[in-house]
Amino acid sequence: MKCTRCGAAAVIEVRRHNAAFCGACFRVVFGNQVARAIDEYDMFAPGDRILVAVSGGKDSLALWDVLLDAGYRVDGLYLGLGIGDYSDRSHVLTQAFADARGATLVTVDLADDFGYDIPTAARKGSRSTCAVCGLSKRYVFNKAALDGGYDVIATGHNLDDEAATLLGNTLRWNIGYIARQSPVLAAEPGLVRKVKPLYRLSELETAAYAFLRGIDYVVEECPLVAGNTQLRYKKAMNAIESRSPGTKAQFFLGYLDRGAPIFRTADEQVDLASCANCGQATTGTYCAFCRSRAQILGERLPEVAEAR
Amino acid sequence: MKVALRNPDREFEVAGGRLVREVLADLEIDPDTVLIIRDGELITRHERLAEADRIEVRPVISGGTERGRA
Repeated sequence: MKCTRCGAAAVIEVRRHNAAFCGACFRVVFGNQVARAIDEYDMFAPGDRILVAVSGGKDSLALWDVLLDAGYRVDGLYLGLGIGDYSDRSHVLTQAFADARGATLVTVDLADDFGYDIPTAARKGSRSTCAVCGLSKRYVFNKAALDGGYDVIATGHNLDDEAATLLGNTLRWNIGYIARQSPVLAAEPGLVRKVKPLYRLSELETAAYAFLRGIDYVVEECPLVAGNTQLRYKKAMNAIESRSPGTKAQFFLGYLDRGAPIFRTADEQVDLASCANCGQATTGTYCAFCRSRAQILGERLPEVAEAR
Repeated sequence: MKVALRNPDREFEVAGGRLVREVLADLEIDPDTVLIIRDGELITRHERLAEADRIEVRPVISGGTERGRA
């Protein structure tokens, strides 16, 4: 199989584009897709300070790499989740990536900085493991970006992630979630802008890019994630994609082009206030993170005289 | 030839002299969900494998692995 661009031996086939690429051309194609995503959604400008949330996995490290390669001012943020050897190895590989590229890695540790780790939260909290992990990540990413004066948070969500999320929300007709799903979440008071520059690229492509760039990433999956719903949706979409290449892209990118404008009318505006405990943005008296953390630690949040 | 599956790590001996996609089909693995690595290089599903080859089959799905019967 030959490279579609230069005719050399291909190392990666992208069936939805009916194309194949050699390593050098694939790097160009990958960078072009990221640049297109940034441009189409005006994600950030060259002078902006970007904080990319890195887990040690292929997507986030590929994203950090491609943004550094493009000359952006981008630091990494690693959140220690306390999931045994998996977290230890993730941190080591993330730090090694930063050191090799002379990049800055900001590290936050859930146990050291907030008093709990994810295995403890899974045992003591009322949320599922993935739910409390996601809540913790969103809170810490936003807080770290605010504290560090960053303009935007970038995450490594790829096309497969976004298509699976859209499928899940569509199956349940979660209209509000569907309406808010976008490669960009605009800044609001107390909330830093969030962007997903890999939304046009599949997991196969981000993995191939990471491999071809010599990035040593964590191949193992989180040991707590087995059987999660997102994975079931990915498998369902892959089953369709294998017989009809391009279906995932048509589903998600088609939603962005033609579905989102319709659903956006259903997106209700909410008034944000400051959490009475930590000051971060929330719709209630206390933010979900503080309520969850208090439950996990067996603490009571102080009574607030004037409930909002 | 040898096939090393990752995540979790396992190794199998299978018949060579076939295309990558034929080996993956036997293992019930969707070629779009894995990287195929031979001698430190990526290869596509259309490559022919020799009896002496050893390939790594590395899943790319975040949030878990999609395993065939292997």
